[in-house]
Amino acid sequence: MRNTTERRFMLKHLELLLLMVLLPFGIAQAQEVGPQDATAPAVDSSNPSDSSAVSLDTALEVVPPVEIAPPGAVTVSDFPNDAGDHLLVSFEPSPDEALGILVYRIYRRTPGATDGTEEWAVVKTVAAGDHTEIVDGYDPDYLVTQGTQYEYRVAAVTADCREIPGEVTVAQVVGRGEWFHTEKLKVLIGCIIFISLIFYYFKRAQMCHELYLRPIPGIDAIDEAIGRATEMGKPILYVPGLSGIEDVATIASLTILNRVAKKVAEYQTPLRVPNRDPIVYTVAEESVKQAYMEAGRPDSYEANSVFFVTDSQFAYVAAVNGLMTREKPATNFYLGMFWAESLLLAETGSLSGAIQIAGTDAITQLPFFITTCDYTLIGEELYAASAYLGREPKQVGSVKGQDACKGIVMTLVTVGIILSLVDIFTGGATDPSKSLLLKLQGLVDVTSLE
Amino acid sequence: MKRTVPMMIAMIGGIIMMIQYFIPHQVSQDVFNYYTEWAPLVGSFALVLGVGSLTRVHIHKIRAKAPNWPYSYAVLIPLYLIPVFAFFLPASIGGGTGKPSVFDFMYSRVQIPIQATMFSMLAFYIASAAFRAFRAKSALATILLVTAIIVMLAQVPIGDLFGRWLPDTGLWILRFPNLAAKRAIELGVGFGMLATCLKIIFGVERGWLGGAGE
Repeated sequence: MRNTTERRFMLKHLELLLLMVLLPFGIAQAQEVGPQDATAPAVDSSNPSDSSAVSLDTALEVVPPVEIAPPGAVTVSDFPNDAGDHLLVSFEPSPDEALGILVYRIYRRTPGATDGTEEWAVVKTVAAGDHTEIVDGYDPDYLVTQGTQYEYRVAAVTADCREIPGEVTVAQVVGRGEWFHTEKLKVLIGCIIFISLIFYYFKRAQMCHELYLRPIPGIDAIDEAIGRATEMGKPILYVPGLSGIEDVATIASLTILNRVAKKVAEYQTPLRVPNRDPIVYTVAEESVKQAYMEAGRPDSYEANSVFFVTDSQFAYVAAVNGLMTREKPATNFYLGMFWAESLLLAETGSLSGAIQIAGTDAITQLPFFITTCDYTLIGEELYAASAYLGREPKQVGSVKGQDACKGIVMTLVTVGIILSLVDIFTGGATDPSKSLLLKLQGLVDVTSLE
Repeated sequence: MKRTVPMMIAMIGGIIMMIQYFIPHQVSQDVFNYYTEWAPLVGSFALVLGVGSLTRVHIHKIRAKAPNWPYSYAVLIPLYLIPVFAFFLPASIGGGTGKPSVFDFMYSRVQIPIQATMFSMLAFYIASAAFRAFRAKSALATILLVTAIIVMLAQVPIGDLFGRWLPDTGLWILRFPNLAAKRAIELGVGFGMLATCLKIIFGVERGWLGGAGE
């Protein structure tokens, strides 16, 4: 029984097996150009170097190339919202695209130029059937100059490397820069609302309205931490982040440093501020000096309390960890921008037994600080800390302005959630025409205002 | 005067940069490039001050015979000697920045391995921090522990052995609750940055000035 089945199987696939065995021989035979080929002309053996060229030409003559129509009209338009250094080039593909066109080459030249750009240059190559519109000007080797009139030509390239050029088109427009980025209209409206709210709350705070700020434990603990260091007679370490002065988190940190230094000066506790960035170092030094003067204790200021270490990330970590291990500061502040070094610093501080207060807007580093520090200022709390410590009306007003903006966003998010739930029950989630959420998006979407 | 001039520069520069953001025209781009070209210049001047600070601190330690003062020589000698080798001495005695040179040896055979060592310590620090964080002392800490185990197992091939539900749950945690929390923090950070920038531009925040003019 089994043999019969196997025999049937063999017979059924015999043709396929024979084909597999014979196919390689057939292919080899077909590729061989033998002297018996009746269609092949005689090769001039006196000039062996030309033999291959003659054969190729002859082969092409034997199989006449398919006539392929060139690409159609080229349209050039100005690219929106740029400095005039981009052009939008679109072309009609060849109607014979299916007959073997692989790619289209887009050529550009500047007629009458004398700087080498008068020759045709390929600015882009696009695959056939892919897309017929390109943005010219992104290639740094072929930049588009504002106000220059270019000529374009699109050529279709076939599988046998033939190039079928289209007609030369003088660009209908020249690159022009715009004076307003229309796609940033939403951002502008958001900024205007935000700035208006901030100024409104500045004014309210100045008019002696009592503004409530919710307590933040990390900020409330600053006094306690400074007091602890004073009682223990040990220094306070303040790390103002590892970023430069251009980082807003660093500026926020320097403002907090000023407040902390003022309290440190009052308590006459030693302060250590190691810096990674030389500009941050100069600002931090001035800020601490100023704080000691404002506290009425300029003589207590130690010239070497604020110092530059190195701009190398891990060398800085080694130096600060060494300082923690040797001097055993009672309180460590890590406020500003941090990267991979956050855990190395905070874990060493934790092992040294210091009370630690951290604050950063680097989301990826927050878990490390939360794990190893006693108090952590999360994101925006870092920026609000200076207002909390100073309690100046305008500073408090800015915090209230931020809260109002967050209130607007929270309202929109809540409305979006409710409408999404309604869509689920009314079928709007599957049918866009019934979707209330999409209707709201259409109303809120400020692009409709353009 | 010392306080007003920097504040005016910050105010005008800040407003120009704010307006510039909305103008794509070449004139606006040129203004932006012109401003940003100044930053490295200021930085290079400040570096001189930084090196001066480092020197002052360590000379003070050596003079005062502070604890561990001999190590200050290990800072000061390379700080000044390596630039001399790199920029002033001929290659025949190990000068220059090419290979072989004293500079290249110190950079590739000393500095880079030490930096790599510091970075590799992070793995051990993560283990000890995770041990502390994941102790199930309360209900919330237990939730954190369970969530962390699911997310960690979902990221590795062994997670599939428990069933498809584990990677799916891990992905769901990352895509929804975790992303929502991250976005909320990012939103707050964005508003905080904007408010701080506005306070600097309009002179409400003056901490960055240090003690100028006082």
